[in-house]
Amino acid sequence: MLKLNEIKIGDSYKETLVEDLKRTQIVQYAGASGDYNPLHTDEIFTTQVAGYPSVFAHGMLTMGMTGKMITNYVGDGTLTKYGVRFTNQVWPGDTLESEAKITAIREENGINLIDLEIVTTNQEGVTVISGTATAKVSK
Amino acid sequence: MAIGKFLIEASHIMMFARSVGDPNPIYYDEEYAKNTDCKGIIPPPTFPQASAQFDPEYGLRPKIGEEWFGSGKEATGLKPKKEPKDDKKEDGGVAMGLHAEQHFEYHKPVLAGDILTASIKPGESWEKDSKRAGKLKFSEGVTEYRNQDGELVITARGVGVQTEKPVGS
Repeated sequence: MLKLNEIKIGDSYKETLVEDLKRTQIVQYAGASGDYNPLHTDEIFTTQVAGYPSVFAHGMLTMGMTGKMITNYVGDGTLTKYGVRFTNQVWPGDTLESEAKITAIREENGINLIDLEIVTTNQEGVTVISGTATAKVSK
Repeated sequence: MAIGKFLIEASHIMMFARSVGDPNPIYYDEEYAKNTDCKGIIPPPTFPQASAQFDPEYGLRPKIGEEWFGSGKEATGLKPKKEPKDDKKEDGGVAMGLHAEQHFEYHKPVLAGDILTASIKPGESWEKDSKRAGKLKFSEGVTEYRNQDGELVITARGVGVQTEKPVGS
């Protein structure tokens, strides 16, 4: 858990989430999450029937990998909110970086909280997800 | 819609954490996890999504004995319902649903061993025009997860979008 006296608004934390995302990792996520939409794992269906250039990652895989960055920063079991918008697709071969920035430090019902702005970008600097999170911090 | 039993199991958490590339021992090692503030193995923040595994109606999982729209001998397993009568291309009936937004609120801790139930309520729906993907139809769903003591532990709000055209890069 982050400590109140060690943080300030504007502080940020950054991680590389994945380098050269493999199709197999997308398959792994399909199996673990239960989302077997062929758009994520079935190249033939996705290119020939759905009309996409290739399979692409579940938005929730990117949100999950981004969650790793956030919990590495704020600590385990401290999140009270985490939400994102999926703004661009993530494709096999992508390398993703994610950053959290503290936008507010506040108190709610006697609990110290920080608000974070979250952005995950691909190797071209395109934002793939953007969102916010709130986490508890200790005195 | 509802999910009667969403078992929060350590082995499922392990597989889920692996799939998102997270080696944090809080998801794998009970001895380690017991000695943290969490007091046990916890699910990663986006784990509630895996409740799909426990939803008997979930549409994006092949069901035993039923047609599946992914490829086999053909590029899609869906058989056309009727022959096209004219040159107009028939809608293949393929769901072009994409995920637009996902939000979680964590109200109370969840640990491996908990048994959750989930109730899913449809939310608002709206439309928007986009240059990239044609007409977009958004619809929202709110899922409330309760633990074995009946306490609300997580609220999830998802927004799905149906696009007119595929969204390529």
